[in-house]
Amino acid sequence: MKMVDPEVMVQRKDDRQSQSPASQTVKISARDVKIYYGDTQAIKGIDLDIMENEVISFIGPSGCGKSTFLRALNRMNDTIEGSRLEGTVTLDGEDIYDPSLDVVLLRAKVGMVFQKPNPFPKSIYDNIAYGPRLHGLAKRKYDLDEIVETSLRKAGLWDEVKDRLDKPGTGLSGGQQQRLCIARAIAVSPEVILMDEPCSALDPIATAKIEELIDELTESYTIVIVTHSMQQAARVSHRTAYFHLGELVEVNDTETVFTKPENELTEAYITGRFG
Amino acid sequence: MDNMTLIVLLLILMGVAYQLGLTRSRAVASNTTGRMNSRPGYYGWLVALWCGLPALLVFVLWTLLEPAVIRSVVFSQLPPEMSNLSSQQVGNLMQRLGDIASGYGVSGEPAPYEVAAAETLARLRDIGELAKIAVMASLALAGLFIARGRIRPQLRARNHVEKVVNAGLLLCSGVAILTTVGIVFSMFGEAMRFFSFVNPLDFFFGLNWNPRFSSTGHSSYGDFGLLPLLWGTLMISIIALLVAVPVGLMTAIYMSEYAPSWLRSFAKPVIEVLAGIPTIVYGVFALMVVGPFFSNLGDLVGIQIRSTSALTAGFVMGVMIIPFVSSLSDDIISQVPQSLRDGSLGMGATKSETIRQVVLPAALPGIVGAFLLAASRAIGETMIVVLAAGNSPVLHANPFEAVSTVTVTIVNQLTGDTDFASPQSLVAFALGLTLFVITLGLNVVALYIVRKYREQYD
Repeated sequence: MKMVDPEVMVQRKDDRQSQSPASQTVKISARDVKIYYGDTQAIKGIDLDIMENEVISFIGPSGCGKSTFLRALNRMNDTIEGSRLEGTVTLDGEDIYDPSLDVVLLRAKVGMVFQKPNPFPKSIYDNIAYGPRLHGLAKRKYDLDEIVETSLRKAGLWDEVKDRLDKPGTGLSGGQQQRLCIARAIAVSPEVILMDEPCSALDPIATAKIEELIDELTESYTIVIVTHSMQQAARVSHRTAYFHLGELVEVNDTETVFTKPENELTEAYITGRFG
Repeated sequence: MDNMTLIVLLLILMGVAYQLGLTRSRAVASNTTGRMNSRPGYYGWLVALWCGLPALLVFVLWTLLEPAVIRSVVFSQLPPEMSNLSSQQVGNLMQRLGDIASGYGVSGEPAPYEVAAAETLARLRDIGELAKIAVMASLALAGLFIARGRIRPQLRARNHVEKVVNAGLLLCSGVAILTTVGIVFSMFGEAMRFFSFVNPLDFFFGLNWNPRFSSTGHSSYGDFGLLPLLWGTLMISIIALLVAVPVGLMTAIYMSEYAPSWLRSFAKPVIEVLAGIPTIVYGVFALMVVGPFFSNLGDLVGIQIRSTSALTAGFVMGVMIIPFVSSLSDDIISQVPQSLRDGSLGMGATKSETIRQVVLPAALPGIVGAFLLAASRAIGETMIVVLAAGNSPVLHANPFEAVSTVTVTIVNQLTGDTDFASPQSLVAFALGLTLFVITLGLNVVALYIVRKYREQYD
């Protein structure tokens, strides 16, 4: 991987920071988080605060635990047999691993977009309406129509699909499918959107569209994005966290991480010496 | 030398040829600077195939054609009045000549022309035998040395051998297909003979099944109405599916979505064992246990339930096909990508919502395919029904009464002392053909649906 051109990056960064500066309120807070899959420890004690309305990217070599940590933020790891977490994760000050907490409500607040576009084998309309129907967000058909339209507009997909809402979502192109999945996540009005390498299966043009979309979404949502592309981390995020072998090595302003990394490991990774 | 010895000798020769090819190719390889096209083993195989295949082909053709040739030569010697015999008589006469030739006793004094013909026959057989061995041996040796002489670095031995292997594989799959086609044709022929006795309309749309026994010598054949049998088959199959589909599907959902892995690894094989129980055992179980149970149950609630009834047979058959439904559906549900489940769970759906609204709709075409395969299995099932359905080919809608099915009737018409040229027996072929067409149709539809589903998720 090539070193990111700092100038391009900095210019882009200033540009977006003037648009939507992240607030100073802590949205998600992780303290001494350890995650185990059976006997292997995937995350070895991580402390991290994620601010409201910021875009934070997690980078690091494969197997460093960045996806695992991301999935811990809406308890998606619960679906993996034998996984277990120690430490605390709070959302707006509430412990999300509290046994009395309803995972369903948590996931409605913390939505997720996956690596591979995964539209349901349903129509485009039903894909978007799936979440609102589950959570009873729309009382009348009219409301539901509106939610579907707003979500698709926010995801920048409305103009492309408005004439074929009843066609299957699986018939769209890869990039469109991924934006459909983002629209689907938006439709339940989450506060945080987790993105697990959302562009790794897409071509550069579709990737650019998703990145633009992330830029717009940051006005209303907190976004956590795992990416293998350092250029992408540089382009879209306010802060960047570097993970290495289950540990959080460094987290700082994106600009600082890419121009003056404090840790040797981070520097080695972003200059392409490994990863 | 009998045929078996001949084949064994040929195989031994092929082994020798393999070795010769192998050593020859090594020798060639050590004398050239370039690389050999293939590994030495392939040259060995090539030589062995050149040695064996032509000889084998001659052997097969010879064995097939020799009797006809010999017969025509022998018959050309016979007095002219023997020239227009029926095929049956020709067969008998050849048998008799063969017996005379090999010195077995025959009934009556053999006529002089018979003795002469038998001598010719014996001589021809000896000559044929020797000629066959000579031709095969020369072909095998010629093939061996030609192929061995052709070994060069440029010879693409591997490609040639692979072509032969390919042809062999094709031949094997051809056997299965041709057998099926052959069965259909023979059934078709016999069914046509049946329809020369009975009007097809009376067969396919007749409401009565009452064939008379051929031995009664009655002038009419009785009634051959298919519908009561088809209705019985349908009723039992529907009852079976009513039992198997809900239980099987729920089992599949539990096994693929909820069961912890230790339970699944233990329970899945146990369920599949159900499919391995011989159907006659199910039949006995139905007759001895389930039938009386239903009958007693009926007494308790005041309904008359016969112990051998559509209900008994259908229920037990349903138990039998549970593993088909559950293991096929399980495979299909497991094939639904995990990413879809994650997507739904990530939206805040519960596990049950995810299964009902995402997983099952995604798996539905495949599950329907599984049902249809189970249905075709139920329709063709015989032993359970023979024992437990009561064998009463009457058109009625009461599942508590005895019925009969197409399969049971086939068994009935072909067992016992029957004349295989009478419509009473031939009807079995018409029934079999009908059954074949129905299950074939179901299988085709099922495979089409399953395949369509597969395309979606690979």
